[in-house]
Amino acid sequence: MSSIKIELRQEDVNKIKEICASFNNDPQELINVLHKCQEHFGYLPAEIQEVVSQELVIPVAKIYGVITFYSFFTMTPKGKHPISICMGTACYVRGAEKVLDEFKKELGLQVGQTTKDGKFSLSSLRCVGACGLAPVVMVGDKTYGRVAPDDVRNILKEYE
Amino acid sequence: MAREKMQILICGGTSCSDKQSEALADNLKLELEANALENDIKVVRSGCFGLCNLGPVVKIVPGDVMYVKVTPDDAREIVSEHIMKGNKVERLLYKDPSGKTKSAEKELSVYKKQLRIVLRNCGIIDPENIEEAIAHDAYEALGKVLTEMKPLEVIKIIKDSGLRGRGGGGFPTGLKWEIAYKNKSDEKFVVCNADEGDPGAFMDRSVLEGDPHAILEAMAICGYSIEAHKGLIYIRAEYPLAVARLKTAISQAREYGLLGKDIMGTGFDFDIDIRYGAGAFVCGEETALIHSMEGMRGEPTVKPPFPAESGFMGKPTNVNNVETFACISPIILKGASWFSATGTEKSKGTKVFALAGKINNVGLIEVPMGTTLREVIFEIGGGIRKGKKFKAAQTGGPSGGCLTEKHLDTPIDFDNLTAAGSMMGSGGLIVMDEDDCMVSVAKFFLEFTVEESCGKCSPCRIGNKRLHELLEHITKGKGTLADLDRLKNMSYVIKDTSLCGLGQSSPNPVLSTLENFRDEYEAHVTVKKCPAGKCKDLMEYFIIAANCVGCTACARVCPVGAITGERKEPHFINPSICIKCGACMEKCKFDAIIIQ
Repeated sequence: MSSIKIELRQEDVNKIKEICASFNNDPQELINVLHKCQEHFGYLPAEIQEVVSQELVIPVAKIYGVITFYSFFTMTPKGKHPISICMGTACYVRGAEKVLDEFKKELGLQVGQTTKDGKFSLSSLRCVGACGLAPVVMVGDKTYGRVAPDDVRNILKEYE
Repeated sequence: MAREKMQILICGGTSCSDKQSEALADNLKLELEANALENDIKVVRSGCFGLCNLGPVVKIVPGDVMYVKVTPDDAREIVSEHIMKGNKVERLLYKDPSGKTKSAEKELSVYKKQLRIVLRNCGIIDPENIEEAIAHDAYEALGKVLTEMKPLEVIKIIKDSGLRGRGGGGFPTGLKWEIAYKNKSDEKFVVCNADEGDPGAFMDRSVLEGDPHAILEAMAICGYSIEAHKGLIYIRAEYPLAVARLKTAISQAREYGLLGKDIMGTGFDFDIDIRYGAGAFVCGEETALIHSMEGMRGEPTVKPPFPAESGFMGKPTNVNNVETFACISPIILKGASWFSATGTEKSKGTKVFALAGKINNVGLIEVPMGTTLREVIFEIGGGIRKGKKFKAAQTGGPSGGCLTEKHLDTPIDFDNLTAAGSMMGSGGLIVMDEDDCMVSVAKFFLEFTVEESCGKCSPCRIGNKRLHELLEHITKGKGTLADLDRLKNMSYVIKDTSLCGLGQSSPNPVLSTLENFRDEYEAHVTVKKCPAGKCKDLMEYFIIAANCVGCTACARVCPVGAITGERKEPHFINPSICIKCGACMEKCKFDAIIIQ
């Protein structure tokens, strides 16, 4: 995966160091450190991984391996309004695929991509545990339940 | 605790929270304050009631009156009518399918066949208040264990109760504890597996959100029994509400001296920390989970050595699932024979199921082991949505199989489900009706496994991919009869040669659908038709001339101009132009368009 080259500011580096220190620079806490970093920066580009590598004394390759293993971590920035469509079984049998197709069509995106203006990104996820509301769509922290393909345009309108 | 005259319980589970139960709680509090009732009546955000498609749900005690689908705007009426005048708000009461209103909780058909051990406090206590938990017997079992019992006595009770691991495998819990106890070490660990990755299963989440102290107490009891002093909860980062409630519960328990050093003055030390998962299904497997907690990729390793011998940081570790832990305290307090009185010969106690899919009452239920599928789906679950025909119930998630009509009267327990080609799994139960194509369902699960396979062993990494390709082929109408045998053979190879439980069970959805719905597979490969009308490439839209009045609505909506015909004359769809978007069928008011 090619990632965007970015320049970390000194304060960003300090923030990462601070996060690592809050976990006593313990290599076992790598996943918790990465959670905190992603919470702060929104994603985990190579440059952040390098700083974490120095602090926790773990090879960057190992960190890269961990990040790519877990679906929660991402190396590309998400949109301002990340859209996630639940593709758990309950949502699937109630038509989540059609809803996902509609989002793809409306936004001109594939799963995992972000719009050029950085506004929306599209992802599918496995079960948010709100099966009573199936099919479920999440935009940021807001949850939409019982979404039909026809609702997609209206949902997107809310964020214009 | 009951200083208040009345309590208004609002479901604070995830499904209901998403539907503005928080705003509802705020409005209720405001209304109570406006009427100077805030000291007499307490608003509590409780755990899940299990009625997820009727949410937000409100229960008023005493009286146990249940209101369903309550909106924040209903707060005023509930306070002015029910609380102040004692009149039930009729329009918010639950109505059963026959249209009869039911007000009291126990009248609800959903609850009639249920027996709540794991979910005993969900929807009853305020999960963020340890005093309420204690009033409902939390930590009483821990006190009993620490002051009156020896570790081996505790293990014996758990063994005698017949409790088996609720995470899916069904390994006897007492035996697991005993092995961990016997492995001597300077340090041992108790791990709670809360990485509920099965799509369609949300019982662990509901327990953690509704009754977190039950888990903390059970972990401490386990710690005492196996001589461990450190507990770890491995939980999905996707469950923010459960994480928050656990954190609150842990700090409250420490404050009350129920966790930490010298618990209840008995000299026993035990503390609990939280570790986060990051979205990997395979981490539900114990060895993978342990690697993930150590900050590595969550790849499984060969057993033996079992975690009970060499687990977290190479030390003896006991891993149990949330639901298993939730059974512990009642067993200690009420005795092994009380627990084993419920259930079947080899599966004791109860099981929580998350009902989802095409069923009327979506939600969480807890029934004695041995309840039949028919009772679960038609009596508790209220039957199939929109009066459609039951086709299959999928249990065990991506590792399980489908149960069909012929299994409806089989008592559900670990061994019967395995014999039927499925498995208990964590308890997700997804109901499918006549509109679901079983080949597509199998493909859906394989898609999941392909994505979640960790890639360490080749049968799982490559084999599942091949299986998925074959299924894709079949749903596109390119399959042959020989492909069906190929599917079967490959499935057995993957099952026999994979390293961990993920690969060993991933072909189950294929095998069980192939076994139970072979005719459907054959229709896909021989006549190239999908009987359920789900596989896009195999459908053809067709206008029944006799029904068509020639209104031209379909021709106008068709995005590719595939429909032709004169006004007031029957229309015709040109299949070579049609892109099968279905727009015409939605538009037609005369049911003239069908899928063939």
